[in-house]
Amino acid sequence: MKLFPIRGGIHPDYRKELSSEKSIVTLPMPVALYIPLQQHIGAPAEVLVNEGDLVKKGQMIARSGGAVSAPQHAPTSGRIQAISAIAAPHPSGLAQTTIILEPDGKDEWANLPEPIADPLNADPQLIRERVAQSGIVGMGGAAFPSAVKLDLGMRYKLEILLLNGAECEPYLTCDDRVMREHADEVIDGARIMAHALGTPRVVIAIEDNKPQALAAMTQAASVFTGIEVVGVPVQYPMGSERHLVQAITGRETPAKKLTADIGVVVHNVATARAVHHAVRFGRPLVSRVVTVSGGAIREPNNIEAPIGARVADLVAFCGGFAVVPERLVNGGPMMGQPLPGLDVPVVKGMSGILALTAGEIDPQPASACIRCGSCVTICPCGLVPVEMAAFIRKDNFEVAAKLGVMDCVSCGSCSWVCPSHIPLVHYFNYAKGMINAQGREQRKNDQTRILSEAHTLRVEKAAADKAAALAAKKAQAAAAAAAKEAAAKEKEKDETPA
Amino acid sequence: MSLLSINQSGPFTHQVSSVQKTMFTVLLALMPATAFNLYLFGWPAILLFTITVGSCVVAEALCLALAGQPIKAALSDYSAALTGWLLAMSLPPWAPWWVGVLGAVFAIGLAKHTFGGIGQNMFNPAMVGRTVLLISFPVVMTAWVMPHPLFSAGAPGLFEAIGITIGGQMPDAVSAASALGHVKTELSRGIPVTQSMAQVPDLMDMMLGYRAGSLGETSAVLILAGGLFLMARRIISWHIPLSVMGGLFLIAATFHAVDPARFSSGTFHLVSGATFLGAFFIATDYVTSPVSKKGQLVFGVGCGVLIWLIRTFAGYPEGVAFAVLLMNALTPIIDQYTRPRAFGRNRKGEPLPLGKGKP
Repeated sequence: MKLFPIRGGIHPDYRKELSSEKSIVTLPMPVALYIPLQQHIGAPAEVLVNEGDLVKKGQMIARSGGAVSAPQHAPTSGRIQAISAIAAPHPSGLAQTTIILEPDGKDEWANLPEPIADPLNADPQLIRERVAQSGIVGMGGAAFPSAVKLDLGMRYKLEILLLNGAECEPYLTCDDRVMREHADEVIDGARIMAHALGTPRVVIAIEDNKPQALAAMTQAASVFTGIEVVGVPVQYPMGSERHLVQAITGRETPAKKLTADIGVVVHNVATARAVHHAVRFGRPLVSRVVTVSGGAIREPNNIEAPIGARVADLVAFCGGFAVVPERLVNGGPMMGQPLPGLDVPVVKGMSGILALTAGEIDPQPASACIRCGSCVTICPCGLVPVEMAAFIRKDNFEVAAKLGVMDCVSCGSCSWVCPSHIPLVHYFNYAKGMINAQGREQRKNDQTRILSEAHTLRVEKAAADKAAALAAKKAQAAAAAAAKEAAAKEKEKDETPA
Repeated sequence: MSLLSINQSGPFTHQVSSVQKTMFTVLLALMPATAFNLYLFGWPAILLFTITVGSCVVAEALCLALAGQPIKAALSDYSAALTGWLLAMSLPPWAPWWVGVLGAVFAIGLAKHTFGGIGQNMFNPAMVGRTVLLISFPVVMTAWVMPHPLFSAGAPGLFEAIGITIGGQMPDAVSAASALGHVKTELSRGIPVTQSMAQVPDLMDMMLGYRAGSLGETSAVLILAGGLFLMARRIISWHIPLSVMGGLFLIAATFHAVDPARFSSGTFHLVSGATFLGAFFIATDYVTSPVSKKGQLVFGVGCGVLIWLIRTFAGYPEGVAFAVLLMNALTPIIDQYTRPRAFGRNRKGEPLPLGKGKP
């Protein structure tokens, strides 16, 4: 298959060999599971259970909280110990409402929805509903509710379902292992999703540094028509949605548009596997494969963990720390977020837990920019990071926006390459936050202005009405008086003797 | 933005690189050409080189102290040493000590720290140093000598060298004209290039560097080796060197073809003066050249054409420093007009139209 070049990019030290040869192992059930209500982009789920309730595995314990939301299910059978606020796996470490489940050790399934018979000929709506009901979100890290993305076929003319198996983040091997060990499930999920979307073609893109996954997927796909498995160059950020679409189709997604606008929908390979489970067996998303790796982990591994297991449980399963880690990361080292601690739970979008040593992250204080231009050369979005950063440093967000900071995909390549160790992508995230906040403020002001203008208009109209009414009354009174006077005069005239 | 959040932001991996390492690699790349020329021009050159580099480092330290900035951290990035090194390479090898010291004051004090220190300067500090010296002291700055290799017959020993560099006693007998200077002078006397060319060193000597010239510029081959090393280490890319030399060669060769009696050949322009040094080590200065590859091509061609114009029509026989400084002044505007096209947008910055496969 002819591939198309993507701009820029970098070749970081991948270090996937730490965990790539470790088969997926299931985590022994922890003593407690912590299931946050917000594990996805969109509205948080709404609690359906009470403290003390007994639940079965796969039972819905919180329902979808809106159009863009996802329900949560019990990852095992047990008792609801509490519903309280605990620290979320977010850099802020802020607490959020979490269902705490005490497993009973039986791991008994609830009555699951019936498998959808012959899903490849079923009504697409049925599949979308099942995916929504099963709490499936994008498992590559973004955690966008998958059912919403499967709806795109209703509004766009789609040609390709692009399954993202690039896994371009260093260290991470969870998708690699899923593709190697569960290729049939991924392919089946992909076919079901393609049917739901109405796309005639499925392309599965895998970076060339995963030859076994490529072989396994090619083998599994070979019995079907309309599915192509493609090796793509090892070039970070190949797994970025827009860039992968460009590499495969040569089409460039216009700014402010979706890939669906150019006929392509991208889903992660692990998401496809979850869809397979939901449709074929009625099983909701209650666990995921997480890569636990990094120089500070004694035995890096790929772990199928129930949602809600604490990070500490996974780390302990890997033999704990060999050395004290300098940084704990949720996700890959390029785009992952720092973890506030070990007590936070595994969530649906968590692809990796990294415990990195100082040697691996190479922390150095930022020094002055020497305008080497490396960031310009490698930016996959064609931006000029050096220039944007200079304006953001002066809090000039207007110019930064003009220079395209909102087009930045936060891949972190510029920060990685910068010889002065300037945290460029951090500047851009900061600017995006500020620009969004300003936009919100602006909208709020506009709204206030519209309301206040409407109010003024109303008041003026009321005053005018009142004045008009008064004038009318006065005129009436005057007319009446005049009439009276005239009548009186008439009378006087009459009474006056001739 | 708090320091803590910066400290915690990703990515949590980094290319093994630092400003210090970059600068050090450039110094390393300059080593062969410098070593050869120090050998070629002997003890006076070694003294001047040491004084110039030392003065630049001292000037940097003083400026940092004046600005109240940490001195040790900034000095350890080698940028002042590199400026001093390049400045020394652009000086006449037997120039007196104060040339190096004054040059350092202009380069580091005026060109670099007046603008705010590393990364902030508009103009290449070493070239500002050289240009101010050239304009202020034209005689001293054009006093070339023939090669006097170390330990060869007639080469000054250390004590004589101290007399030359510190005492300022330039022996009359040794002076020589640079090839560019010779051709220019002869032309002004009405002697055509075709004839004066007979007296300049042959092409091989020009390439290898056995000729009169600035302290570090004579050996095109060794500078090329250093430049290729920098490219292999990805410190510089081919864009600026190639466009400088390409621009210079093309315009020189074109005019040479039209009137060989008036205009020197493209090859002569390439191997004489500071062309190689300028193309690989001076025009490629990060701070003062454009950041995008396209901008670098524009910048390089501009340098090449200006070098030729100055050498051919201006009062000075050599134009690399002037050309680079003039193009430095254009760098911000080149940057503005050569931004890459953003993903999903056209050149004007508008989103691409839907329904078209390719931009």
